[in-house]
Amino acid sequence: MNGGLDQAIEAYKEEAQELLSELETSLLELEESPEDIELISRVFRAMHTIKGSGAMFGFDKIAHFTHEVETAFDLVRNGQLSVTKELINLTLLARDQIRAMLEEYGGGARIDESKSAEIIKGFKRIMQKVEGGTEGAESAASAKAGSEADESDEAKSVTYRVRFKPDHDLFMSGTNPVLLLNELRELGQTIVIAQTQDIPILKELEPEKCYTFWDVILTTDKGINAIKDVFVFIEDSSDISIDEIDSGEDVDELGENYKKLGEILVERGDVKTDDLRKVLGKQKKVGEILVESGVVNEDQVRSALAEQKQVKQVRESKQKMEAASASIRVPSEKLDSLVDLVGELVTVQARLSQVSSSRHDANLTSIAEEVERLTWELRDSTMGIRMLPIGSTFSKFKRLVRDLSLELGKDIAMTTEGAETELDKTVIERLNDPLVHIIRNSIDHGIESPEDRVKKGKPKEGTIHLTAQHSGASVLITIRDDGKGLDKEAIVNKAIKNELVAPDAVLSEKEIFALIFEPGFSTAQKLTSVSGRGVGMDVVKRNIDALRGNIDVKSTKDKGTTITLKLPLTLAIIDGLLVKVETEFFVLPLSLVEECVELTKEVIDKAHGRHVANVREEIVPYIRIREFFNITGKSPEIEQIVIVEVEDHRVGFVVDYVIGEHQTVIKSLGKVYRGVEGVSGATILGDGTVALILDVPKLVKAVEIEENQTMVPQLS
Amino acid sequence: MAVSKITEVSQYLTFKLREELFAVDIVKVREVLEFNQVTKVPRTPEFMRGIINLRGDVVPVMDLRLKFGMLKTEKAVNTCIIMVEITSEENSIILGLLADSVQEVLEIEPSKIDAAPNIGMHLNSEYIQGMGKHGNVFIIILDINKIFTAEELASVKGSVD
Repeated sequence: MNGGLDQAIEAYKEEAQELLSELETSLLELEESPEDIELISRVFRAMHTIKGSGAMFGFDKIAHFTHEVETAFDLVRNGQLSVTKELINLTLLARDQIRAMLEEYGGGARIDESKSAEIIKGFKRIMQKVEGGTEGAESAASAKAGSEADESDEAKSVTYRVRFKPDHDLFMSGTNPVLLLNELRELGQTIVIAQTQDIPILKELEPEKCYTFWDVILTTDKGINAIKDVFVFIEDSSDISIDEIDSGEDVDELGENYKKLGEILVERGDVKTDDLRKVLGKQKKVGEILVESGVVNEDQVRSALAEQKQVKQVRESKQKMEAASASIRVPSEKLDSLVDLVGELVTVQARLSQVSSSRHDANLTSIAEEVERLTWELRDSTMGIRMLPIGSTFSKFKRLVRDLSLELGKDIAMTTEGAETELDKTVIERLNDPLVHIIRNSIDHGIESPEDRVKKGKPKEGTIHLTAQHSGASVLITIRDDGKGLDKEAIVNKAIKNELVAPDAVLSEKEIFALIFEPGFSTAQKLTSVSGRGVGMDVVKRNIDALRGNIDVKSTKDKGTTITLKLPLTLAIIDGLLVKVETEFFVLPLSLVEECVELTKEVIDKAHGRHVANVREEIVPYIRIREFFNITGKSPEIEQIVIVEVEDHRVGFVVDYVIGEHQTVIKSLGKVYRGVEGVSGATILGDGTVALILDVPKLVKAVEIEENQTMVPQLS
Repeated sequence: MAVSKITEVSQYLTFKLREELFAVDIVKVREVLEFNQVTKVPRTPEFMRGIINLRGDVVPVMDLRLKFGMLKTEKAVNTCIIMVEITSEENSIILGLLADSVQEVLEIEPSKIDAAPNIGMHLNSEYIQGMGKHGNVFIIILDINKIFTAEELASVKGSVD
């Protein structure tokens, strides 16, 4: 029981977090198009849901706080308050505050109550202006709504029952009752029931007379006066009664059930209480009984039923503002274990294919092929489940850009492209921090102040362009700004000062740009709250490395900087190149492999025993896997060099044979082998044996360090 | 210390390293596998023979003979991998132990188990839970948790041999 509640609370928190991020997106969009009704109602709905379910699960503080914001947006929705920068700012602050409150419930830091009070005060101030504006000129109906707003109360949807019984001579005055009914329909959710019992038999019917009358069940927030206005011209001649039947209040206490049918009819005066009691004794359906006994006719019952239905619906929908969308929440562990299973299936399938290809059995081959096809489809759709569009992350950055540029007095617009690009959930989550750092850097160091920009002949407003796109099995994320670009000289000077490079070193542009990812590196002259602490870009590099991605920096002075992150689509399966040394198999990530060339005796002799090869007039150093891993045995006459690119250097790995491409399901080596250098994991081959996945960058680094260590004593 | 640490009747899986009989508490044993092929992880101590594929999971395999200062285990008809679970405070690691042959499951009463002598064993007495007697043979009952502490295993660095 308790567990169920806890779960519900967890679900609420999750839902609220989602709503808050949706809210943020909507608000930022609203800032650009303040007239968009759809956006306004989206904001309102989000607030309403946060409030409603918050109260349900005991988050009273949130419910109370959100109520004020909701009220303001209700006014906006009714066109009484316009969307201003002030309102957006305030609402964004409120959103952050709600988030803080959520975290507080989850054991986070205590929130600043005075801040809440201040935000509420801000909203009240904005709403007071509305009160002042509506006095006088506005119609009676909206004045009423306005006075409701004074009490900082939301304009409620009230359900009315309108009986419109026109005079028989209605048509003589040129009135079309259909138009009137349509006018009512415009006020809100409406059900119109025509009562036809007064229509005489054909012989007696006078076609120019109106015999019909109507019952209208109307739910509107416009107030009773708006309804009266509709009938203003025929008030005197027709019989019009308007009764409030549901005030829209206290749904929780009343539940969603409305009055019984009998009660409604009695209330309308269609049936007397005594009659009702009498027929109720017969234990049939009230409506049927009433019709049978001739107390009321079918139309009356139908009308009453419609009333019952509508009020029920309104109350139901109040309790559950938004219908559950067509998706389900699944704990990510379940997905992880599904991915594991599929990984195993891929391995088994590879074995099956291998066996079937050696058997030359047509039946077996066709089964194996079928299994292969299904396995790949299953693999793809399983991976697809874990894929999420990157868009949610993008909108977070819009907020970041907005707030930071305000703080720094810069004028920056952010554009995004490819928000629908899908990436593995884990990748997206881990991508957040690096992107924040990069964008902060762009805002802080990249884009100049508006005055400087004008001086340089650039538009006053700087832009940061964020794009995501697929490129094979990778996703490219590009952050491009049109700021001042990286200052190569400053970077080199700083690097020399920090002893990262020798003072006389000659560096290529790429090498210089790579320096900004070194720990403790920052060229900012003055410290701001956002950057200059010397952490940041090295963290970016580390995070991207951990995702098996890489970073590319391009920059032109005064034109801007472009940083491209190349990331794998998923972390569980990679494309690998399978190679063999003696009896051992190894997998190199295919994304790093550039080409394979032969290493012949002749090439080795030419290099005088040094581990370098001449590949099309380019010197490529190589690492012998056999030597590095102490694999005994004799290498074949002709070996293979697999050339990979590591941090803009080409490095070769010498192996005995290159087997070919291999879909590699990554398995962790486990705790026992956690500290092993140069190996990032293992994979299971088609025949069930295990191959090691090489951690190419780490391996290169390890060799570098070892060679340097062994060289020093020889020199001294 | 003449009394062994063992006070309850337990079952033990006995196995041979060369011609010597060893045993581990059956509770620790998950299963026994045939020894086929093991993939050596480079730059790890010699006694860590490498990794195998256990129904889709990658599991490390240790060579007990090397750990006890004997010659490396060579593959023979009866060579087996005994999968054991090593536990410490919070860690739990599944690993395989190479044995020249697996014998039988024995029930040994505490009265038939003595403490290991401190000298003459050519084996770290920490590793030994007790010396069991079965008929006229000795069985060295191993304390698996002591031989491979989870912490020790987790801290294996790529040491070059």
